[in-house]
This record gives sequence, structure tokens and C-alpha cells, in this order.
Amino acid sequence: MTLEEIRQNRPLQTGLGLAFGIVFGFLLERGGVTEHAVIWGQLLLYDFTVVKIMLSAVLVGMIGFAILRSLGLAEPHVADPSLGTHLAGGLIFGLGFGLLGLCPGTVAGAIGRGSIDALVGGAVGLVIGTGLFATVYPRIGPWGARTGRLPWRTVSDLLGGVNLWLAVVPVAVLILVVLGALEYLGL
Amino acid sequence: MLELLFAPRWSPYLAGAGIGLLMTLAFLLSNRPIGCSTAYLKARGMLGRLVAKERTGAMEYYRRFAPTVDWQFMIVPGVVIGAFIAAWLSGTFAIELVPPFWAERFGGSFPLRWVAALSGGILLGFGSRWAGGCTSGHGIGGNIQLSIASMLASAGFFIGGILISLALFGIPWGQGVWGLVGGAP
Repeated sequence: MTLEEIRQNRPLQTGLGLAFGIVFGFLLERGGVTEHAVIWGQLLLYDFTVVKIMLSAVLVGMIGFAILRSLGLAEPHVADPSLGTHLAGGLIFGLGFGLLGLCPGTVAGAIGRGSIDALVGGAVGLVIGTGLFATVYPRIGPWGARTGRLPWRTVSDLLGGVNLWLAVVPVAVLILVVLGALEYLGL
Repeated sequence: MLELLFAPRWSPYLAGAGIGLLMTLAFLLSNRPIGCSTAYLKARGMLGRLVAKERTGAMEYYRRFAPTVDWQFMIVPGVVIGAFIAAWLSGTFAIELVPPFWAERFGGSFPLRWVAALSGGILLGFGSRWAGGCTSGHGIGGNIQLSIASMLASAGFFIGGILISLALFGIPWGQGVWGLVGGAP
């Protein structure tokens, strides 16, 4: 089976989705981020578990993705950035993030460790909220896309159209500096 | 190595590196980043089709994200199962009505907590679809591609989350960052 056949095989992909989800849920639970207290600890800026997990995931994934790109094995899935879409939507998400103490992935993880408010509150709310957006999408979607558009899609563009690896290196250094600083400060 | 299988908590760096490898594997085998918010939308679309088939079918957004059981949908049930396996192996699975951290501040009332969690979930769902992704899809999957859109969205997630959490719980003086800045009682 070639890579392309794997990617085009729908039943196989559905099974792979489940498998990726299972490993992802396992890692989220062991990382501790399915606990509301850990998320709130991060948002109150005294427990940096969430940032440490996200930055180390980005560091490893960024290098992995760049290798795949170099080998021609992956295509970018990057949106055209705009303040009206990404910052505005992100801020609304943030309000929910703080009220619930979980995010869409960790809600599912919290259900798996036995959290009832994640199940009958968070997950039900997510189904309602995504549906509400589907209803208003014809108005909000185009407005967001044209409001506060930014000209760069990736850090490579921002640095003047440099090669992916030339963008990966400074970002990797930045992540290591931030992680080092968190350890140094005992956060 | 075997202890790791049963350890309730892993180093955040180990869990994070594992997630980074998993994202790379998702790009290799499925050519896309792992995201979670789309699955809830698909669930809502499937419910909509049961109740009002034509109205749901006519909606532009459900034509972009077909409400079917597919790769993106299966991620979320997978996460529930994976977290359950992890919690069960380490003996930390427990039914919890109100998170203790919340109860400490707002009391153990389940209805109050339910209203907050439901409102939070609605905002998460609405905001994640508005931004085109969540903490997984943008926060990790988009950022590994050095996407500016994902960096903006991630900034929004944390700015919004920090503001509302400080408003709800107050500044925890003396702890973490607040211990470094000193000041106040």
C-alpha cells in the first residue's frame, strides 16, 4: 500500500482517526491537562504545565513537519491570517476556556477520567456552540476574513520568504529559551 | 519503562514530545493536523440532519464540513477512550461532579457549575469555529507549520482565558508569576 493509497482509503482513515485520538487522549491525561485545576493554574499564571506541553509538542512537531515537507511527504494546511477571524475567534474561545477550565480536546479527556461537568456541561455546550456558529457563518465568516488581514501566512513569509528550515531554527531557539527561562524561574 | 505505563503523571516535556511525534505521524499518514473542535460541529450537524434534514443540508457551513463519521469525527471519541485507558491503568479514574478547584471558590453546587460549564462549552464551540481551530488544531497543529493565523488564535485563547480566569478566581498573589512580581497582600 502506498502512502497515497493509505491517505485515500476512507475506512482506514476513519480507523486512523480513532487511533490518533486514543494516543492523543492518553498523552493529554498523563500530561495532567485533563484536570481543570491544571488548566486554571496555567490561566492564573502559576502552573506552567500547559505551556510546557504545548511548546515541547510544537518544538518536536515543527521539526517533524519540516522533515516531512523537505521529503515532499506533507502539504501545508495554513489559513490566511486576519484579526477578524483568528484573534476575534480566539478571544471568544478564551472566555470559554477560562469558564470551563478545559478546551475541546481536554474536555473529551476529562470525560474519560470521569468528569461529569465536562460531559453534561462542556461537551454539550461545544455541540451547541459549534452549531450556533454554523448558523451565523454566512455573515461572520466573510466579515472576519476581510477585517484586519495580515500579509504573511507563515513565519517564513514574515522573515521575507526564507526557506522553511531558516524559519524553524529561530523559532526552535526561541522555544528553548522560553522553556529554559520557565525552569530557571522555577515556574 | 514499565512504571511509565502506570504512572499517573508524566513529565510535561515527555507528554509534549509524544504529542509532537503524534502530530508528525498524523501529517504523514493522514496529511492533516489533529484537531478536536470539528468533531463537535459534525455531531451537531448529524443531530440537525435527524431533526431538520433539508434545513441542515442547505447550510453552507455543513457543506464545508460534511456531518459524517470520518477521521475528524473519530478523534474525539478516541480521546475519551485514550484518557480513560490512561486513568484506568494508573487508578485515577473517578466520577467527579464539580471540580474541586471550582468548589473551593464557588461551592459544591452542581447546577451553578453546570451553567458555567455549559456557557464555557458554548463559547469554546462558537469561538473555535470562528477562529477555525482550537488548542490542538491551531495551538499545536497550526503552530508546528509556523502559521501566523494559528499564532494569532493561540494568543487569543490565552489572553481571553487569562482575563476571565483572573476575573473569576482573583489574582493568586505570591504564586507563580505573581510571586515573582511581588507586591500586594
